[in-house]
Amino acid sequence: MKNINRLFKKGLALLPLSMVLLLSGCNSELAVLDPKGPVAQTQKDLILYSVYFMLFIVVVVFAAFTYMVVKYRENRPGRKETDYDPHMHGNNKIEVIWTVIPFIIVIALSIPTVDTLFQLEKPPEVEANEEEQEPLVIHATTADWKWFFSYPEENIETVNYLHIPTDRPIEFKLSSADAMTALWIPRLGGQKYNMAGMMNTHYLEADEEGVYKGRNSNFNGEGFTKQTFEVYAESPEEYDQWVSETQDQAPELTQERYDELLAPGLTEEHEFSSTHLAWVNHGNPEGMDYAINRHFEKYGELMHLESHQDAEDFMDEENNDDHESDRDH
Amino acid sequence: MSSHELKTGPLEYRTEEGRLSILGFWIFLGAEIVLFATLFATYAVLFGRTADAPSPGELFEAKTVLIMTFMLLTSSFTCGIAIHEMRRGSVKGLRNWMIVTLILGLGFLGFEIYEFVHYSHEGATLQSSAYWSSFFTLAGTHGLHVTLGIGWVILLLIQLTQRGLTPKTSRKFFVIGLYWHFLDVVWIFIFTSVYLIGMVV
Amino acid sequence: MQLDEFFVTGEPLIYAGMVSIALVTISMLFFLTYYKKWGWLWREWLTTVDHKKIGIMYILSALAMLFRGGVDAMMMRTQLAFPNMNFLNAQHYDEIFTTHGTVMIIFMAMPFLIGLMNFVVPLQIGARDVAFPYLNALSFWSFLFGAMLFNISFVIGGSPDAGWTSYTPLAGAAMSPGPGQNFYLLGLQLSGIGTLATGINFMVTILKMRAPKMRMFQMPIFTWSTLITSFIIVFAFPILTVALALMTLDRIFGAQFFTLTGEGMPMMWANLFWMWGHPEVYIVILPAFGIFSEVISAFARKQLFGYKAMVWAIILIAGLSFLVWVHHFFTMGAGAFVNSVFSISTMLIAVPTGVKIFNWLGTLYKSKINNTVAMMWALAFIPSFVIGGVTGVMLGMASADYQFHNTYFLVAHFHYVLIAGTVFACFSGLVFWYPKMFGHKLNERLGKWSFWFFVIGFHVCFFPQYFVGLDGMPRRVFTIIPEWMPLNIISTVGAFGMGVGFAIFVFAILYSYRYSEREKTGDSWDNGRTLEWATPTPVPFYNFATLPHIDSQDAYVKLKQEGKTTFEEDEVEPIHMPSNTGQPFIMMAFMFVSGFGLVFEWMWMAIGGLLAVLVMMIIRSFDYDEGFHVEVDEIKRTERSARRL
Repeated sequence: MKNINRLFKKGLALLPLSMVLLLSGCNSELAVLDPKGPVAQTQKDLILYSVYFMLFIVVVVFAAFTYMVVKYRENRPGRKETDYDPHMHGNNKIEVIWTVIPFIIVIALSIPTVDTLFQLEKPPEVEANEEEQEPLVIHATTADWKWFFSYPEENIETVNYLHIPTDRPIEFKLSSADAMTALWIPRLGGQKYNMAGMMNTHYLEADEEGVYKGRNSNFNGEGFTKQTFEVYAESPEEYDQWVSETQDQAPELTQERYDELLAPGLTEEHEFSSTHLAWVNHGNPEGMDYAINRHFEKYGELMHLESHQDAEDFMDEENNDDHESDRDH
Repeated sequence: MSSHELKTGPLEYRTEEGRLSILGFWIFLGAEIVLFATLFATYAVLFGRTADAPSPGELFEAKTVLIMTFMLLTSSFTCGIAIHEMRRGSVKGLRNWMIVTLILGLGFLGFEIYEFVHYSHEGATLQSSAYWSSFFTLAGTHGLHVTLGIGWVILLLIQLTQRGLTPKTSRKFFVIGLYWHFLDVVWIFIFTSVYLIGMVV
Repeated sequence: MQLDEFFVTGEPLIYAGMVSIALVTISMLFFLTYYKKWGWLWREWLTTVDHKKIGIMYILSALAMLFRGGVDAMMMRTQLAFPNMNFLNAQHYDEIFTTHGTVMIIFMAMPFLIGLMNFVVPLQIGARDVAFPYLNALSFWSFLFGAMLFNISFVIGGSPDAGWTSYTPLAGAAMSPGPGQNFYLLGLQLSGIGTLATGINFMVTILKMRAPKMRMFQMPIFTWSTLITSFIIVFAFPILTVALALMTLDRIFGAQFFTLTGEGMPMMWANLFWMWGHPEVYIVILPAFGIFSEVISAFARKQLFGYKAMVWAIILIAGLSFLVWVHHFFTMGAGAFVNSVFSISTMLIAVPTGVKIFNWLGTLYKSKINNTVAMMWALAFIPSFVIGGVTGVMLGMASADYQFHNTYFLVAHFHYVLIAGTVFACFSGLVFWYPKMFGHKLNERLGKWSFWFFVIGFHVCFFPQYFVGLDGMPRRVFTIIPEWMPLNIISTVGAFGMGVGFAIFVFAILYSYRYSEREKTGDSWDNGRTLEWATPTPVPFYNFATLPHIDSQDAYVKLKQEGKTTFEEDEVEPIHMPSNTGQPFIMMAFMFVSGFGLVFEWMWMAIGGLLAVLVMMIIRSFDYDEGFHVEVDEIKRTERSARRL
């Protein structure tokens, strides 16, 4: 037992060290610490800045703790009489010191926090050698358990994936047709909630071309885990080409088709050459009860979703349903 | 758990048990304040969200609400007199003034029920919109408190007849006095922030 | 309603659960009948108003709930380590993380601490019971019936599945139909009544019933933390009461508070929930701080360092706890200014918390550390909690929180504070006061084994979660991508380590019951500093034969020096005690019936139950039972035999 005791204490002392190692080792791999855009970069810088303070605190406390526990054990060989003072009740000087230092650390953390908070409310600032561009507006709307991305200026809409140009700020307009969700693309930046009946604005930007994972990060029921999407960040030329292809080749989104897609369930990727904003914006108070009025009964139904299943497994069923409802008409 | 009884001071404070109960009840009223404050906050947040239901300005009637307010305020006053009579040691005074309080409380409750029924005929119910949900919950919670208070007073009046004024019965009357005044204070807030503002806006 | 709708069907795990519940119930009924223990159960436990017995019942129920919540946790960990095994499907996983969270916070952490408060606080301040013993019994039964109402959802009707936070509109009637969510609402509502009553009870007890001359700043620190916790309970729980009531109105009576229709406002739920929820976090951590202070100062054989600073730190934390609720949803888009304010107020909590950490270290300075199991739990708390604390500050930085929110980084953080804080404290406190409660110590050797399994398992389980969170793994997902596999498997191994630790702990209880040496003195650890150790063991039901005059902190240290006891023979007077009563049990049983009816929207049952409760209240109003007096002779006899005089 004794040996384990000592081992454990050593282990405790090693914890902060292992934290540094893990952080630096995984630096390039952990999504949040591997930014591909200015927003995520700002957040990474802030996180690392705070980590240094935290490590300082951890080291100080662990060192003091180890010292106390080792030195003042009752049965430590070589204990002296002077090592025991049962009537010590406090010391004003040292108590003031250990109140003031954390206070200073809090101030040191507050300033960059508040600063970045205000920065993140605006489109990312342009670097010196780039020209300023109007942000690209994309309405990101969730419905159980899928994503609609509407590009009002381009008049196209995609489901469960999106294309964005690099080096241009994206202004996401977030809203939800039903439960509260959150848009999160870890490599591009932090998350924000999508809520029915109100609209959140969220700025992100990609510096590097690539395919990034995005998802809903706020629990909203059975299909939550599968409510993911992919972000294709590409050069402005490729992006423009994709836009015109979609405009030319994709079918138009009808309200009937949209209502069908809105029903709770999983669905595959789709693209359309028009947007649902033409008849409803779930970010307005008027659009708040659109989905629930149409699919009230379906929200209680279970999919019996298992981990190996994906949208395709449910598509057949959904299609069958469609045929049945067609026959009913 | 000391059972020593003091020989002086108000009857309800003479036993340790009485003192503890009264302090406990004050703290309970503190919790009640938080409860009503939360309901008021909910009401304020949902104000104006009437959806398709009528707006409060169309339904609130100054006359009914004024009568209700008058009855409840008066009942608080008569309740105060009752406790004063109790302090003087008058069982009869306490009983009679408590009965007056009870009648006024019942009157208030009658008007409130009439009011709620009237609103529901006009198309404003708990279900019709967020605003009306919060209105009925706030006013209804107060009304429920008044109802419980009335039942409680009746029980205490029976006990008063059975046992007369003892440290225990007088403590019970003192506590319900606190409760009754508290409901009055809450009503003043409902009257101003719900009815007056509702009628104006 | 069909029977197969009433019972949960189609899940082998749940069938197994049903069978084991049935078997346990039948065997309990059998043993009670066989050994003729029904009368004993009714007289000694179900009708008791003794704070010590109520405390013990709280702790035993909390241990049972810890088992239930722990099984939930292991099932989740199993699913995440082997996501392709289809151990749990999405729906089942959702139900399990919901019940895990709710059970652990509401039915485990709080009752465990309230149990310790019940047992210890009156003894620490030299009181013979709490201010309102009847109400205290009512609190306990409301908690137990609330917990039962919540737990039967497992086999009857279906469990809630919207998370322990139950965010609307997801948890509303439209998107979560059926009884599951109603169980959550009514189970919490029922036990919430009891918690509020406990808060009032302990405030009055501590403010009014301290031993003669004991000043506020001479109270033991655990009593202080209980007092402040009671304040938080009284001011936070009514918010929960209202929030739950509003959602109940929404779901059962068609109101439109949090709905998507009728211009409802779903986000108001999140606000109301966290206006209660954040103070709630401090309700479960402040008493833990109190326990650690007591244990550390007892086994360091040294006065607490910076007593006044400790008290003020608790008060400050309690005040700040009401001003930070928005940090639970920085990502709601309230704007940079609002987020800045709440960000700073959140980080400020680190200051008083830091003061407490340093004061504990100061207490260890120049001390004589006696490594008992209770002390080991308290010592392990300090470094573990610091990790949880500093990551909490990181989460408090709103702009960084956009990346941490709802990920495993957050999950790791709150488990680091709640397990290293609250759970370690529960174990530490239970081991520490165990001899006072049961008359024998817990086996130290088994205790050390359970300690090491649990603490190492805890770090192995939760430390990797910080990193998997930074890698973008959100909480509440039931299956994961291959990149997250290695860290998740490590986590699962750790979780099972904790499970082993808990099993050894339970075994230690049974083993010690049989083999531990019985206590001969009241001062079990030879270094008791506060009044509870001045009583003989087992504690007489009236606690103190005579009440000592207190004029210093660490009252018992002074008494020992002066050679005084709580039994000064010539000062003994008759003691007035309250009578036992079955009313609280019956009243809350009817409340349970009413709640059960409301869950299934059977109005006749709900109203019937409520009427029965009203009748019980009327009976109580006419109940002029004055209790009884313990005569001097009996006190002397009891004390002499307990003190072996």
